[in-house]
Amino acid sequence: MTEQATLKIWRGTDAAAGHFDTHQVPFEPGQSVLDGLRWIRVHRDPSLAIRFSCINANACKECMIELDGKTVYACTARLTPQVMTLTPLSNKKLVRDLVTEIAPPAERFA
Amino acid sequence: MTEPMRAETDILVIGSGAAGMYAAIEAARGGAKVLLADRSLIGRGGATVMAQMTVAVALGSETDDHWTHHYQDTLKAGRGLSNPALAQLLCEDGPDCIRAMDEWGVGWARKDGHITQAMAPGHDRPRCVYVDFLNTGPAVSKTLRTVVNKTAGITKAGDLCIVDLLHHDGAVVGAAALHLGSGAPVIISAKATILATGGLTRLYRRNSASSNMGGDGYALALRAGARLVDMEFVQFFPIGHLAPRLIGMDPIMWDPFRYKLGGRLLNNRMEEFTQNYGAVENGKYVITRDAGSYAIVKEVEAGRGSPHGGAFLSFQHVPEAKLREAFGPVIDKLAENGIDLTKMPVEVAPIAHYHMGGIAADTQMQTGVPGLFAAGEAVGGANGANRLSGNAITEAFVFGRRAGRAAADYAGKAARGPDRAGNAQAAIDLISAGAPDREINTAEMVQALQATMQDDVGALRNETGLRRALAEITAMKQELGEQPQGDGQRFDMRRVDWLDLRNMIQVARVVTEAALARTETRGAQHREDYPDTSPDWAVNQFVTLRDGRIALSPEKTATAA
Repeated sequence: MTEQATLKIWRGTDAAAGHFDTHQVPFEPGQSVLDGLRWIRVHRDPSLAIRFSCINANACKECMIELDGKTVYACTARLTPQVMTLTPLSNKKLVRDLVTEIAPPAERFA
Repeated sequence: MTEPMRAETDILVIGSGAAGMYAAIEAARGGAKVLLADRSLIGRGGATVMAQMTVAVALGSETDDHWTHHYQDTLKAGRGLSNPALAQLLCEDGPDCIRAMDEWGVGWARKDGHITQAMAPGHDRPRCVYVDFLNTGPAVSKTLRTVVNKTAGITKAGDLCIVDLLHHDGAVVGAAALHLGSGAPVIISAKATILATGGLTRLYRRNSASSNMGGDGYALALRAGARLVDMEFVQFFPIGHLAPRLIGMDPIMWDPFRYKLGGRLLNNRMEEFTQNYGAVENGKYVITRDAGSYAIVKEVEAGRGSPHGGAFLSFQHVPEAKLREAFGPVIDKLAENGIDLTKMPVEVAPIAHYHMGGIAADTQMQTGVPGLFAAGEAVGGANGANRLSGNAITEAFVFGRRAGRAAADYAGKAARGPDRAGNAQAAIDLISAGAPDREINTAEMVQALQATMQDDVGALRNETGLRRALAEITAMKQELGEQPQGDGQRFDMRRVDWLDLRNMIQVARVVTEAALARTETRGAQHREDYPDTSPDWAVNQFVTLRDGRIALSPEKTATAA
């Protein structure tokens, strides 16, 4: 049987009024948390918001989130067969779900 | 009705990879006010940041060289279809841009006081500069970001997804965009617009580029009345990483290993096979990209593939000390992924990597539509039917610089368009539409389109598969409908997917129709049902949109001046 990770994901557009969605994700050892999030978008819920661009290379540095309270890149954190709690960066302004405002102010459209 | 946000600029640059950033710098130096827009973060997405190693340029620092030699190799790789004027521009202006990047501190690898130039397949001498280790793309992006930040006159705007170009009296006068951070529509008024949106690799299941490379620039250009060219030629990079699962590294990472150490490409009998496809390697790296992709796909088809459906790449014959010397910290990153090259081969397979086709432009990067310019990979023609390794970053610099200058000149003379161009409202309506009555899974559709393109419009093609792909693309367009998905609130991934699919489906159709029309095999296009190269097909296919339908017109390839 394929191994499963349980992703508990913070959802919402208001930092004070969010909720958690929990999804079981099949995976092969070696896969990343971002692989799991992309699987959820395709197979469960396309509305899940996550910022990423390079997918696998850890080059764009866009996919920063908190995993069990610690800041990680979703593309290099590995899926494990247990409950993993994913929340948006707590020190950045929330945009939606796991997406926060990470661009320097001079690079935002005002 | 949602009131859009507004911005006004002389030059709008869409995309902030190397081409877009170089264009912005040159345009601002020419006195223009520039808005540098990107759907992701500024200078971090796109293909540039993913480049691992080679940048081809006739610098002559390793051995004697001249741009005409680079030019000859570029034309040879292009299998007779390169636009000679664009290829010449790429090769002739390359050294200048590489030296400018050096002055800006990119840190090209050096040996004995000179910039190192590596040998790469298809080149007649060592010609490729790079930044160690596997750091060319990140170093290029960072250097250009720093110069952009220091250049007066450039406003940066990330999270801005361009939905349509605005036209007035036949000219492009700006763009309508979705601001991801707020969900609001934005109307940008610009005297000139530069498309630096890169290629279309996201159309394929296995690809080597960022998720924002869905060919949106081609769709924007088509709908604005510009012509595309050579759209059937998608480059598959032969040795994209396949297995074991490797994270934190780009799948094209094995190329630098092969440049430096050769390596052996093996089938499941652990035998070298490229000699059966015309390339005797003997532990060296000589096979060109089109031939390499073909050889691997054919070995797999013959039942001699690796367990995951590719080929083995082995460095087991290379001593550990030599591996360490060539790749330093990368060896540790591989170890974290359970890969020890002294003990095991890895599996590799072709992966969509680059688009030779693109927006038709002249050597001033003008598209033929007044006010619309193109730069970088978004431009078609320079590389013909197959791109020489190392030419992508070079063309990003050279075409970016040229587009920036030409657009600044144009903007200096052009009048501003009206406050609201004719097609602005339709774009605003798409961006700010309410939730649809019928929900579809947009992320699943993207994946389905990628599967269709990979399986039927990939490295090996035939009429049956191409017709099947056209039917599926038609069905997907129907399924997508006219009503955007999502709620239109901030960072709405369903809305973004829907807008992306609108472009991806249009561009997928263009690629497939062009591939179907070309009844021959040449460069990156392998037709199983037409295995030979035909002299009758020494033509470039130009694509236009007429009354919503794609029209192809073949034109004989220009000859060198």
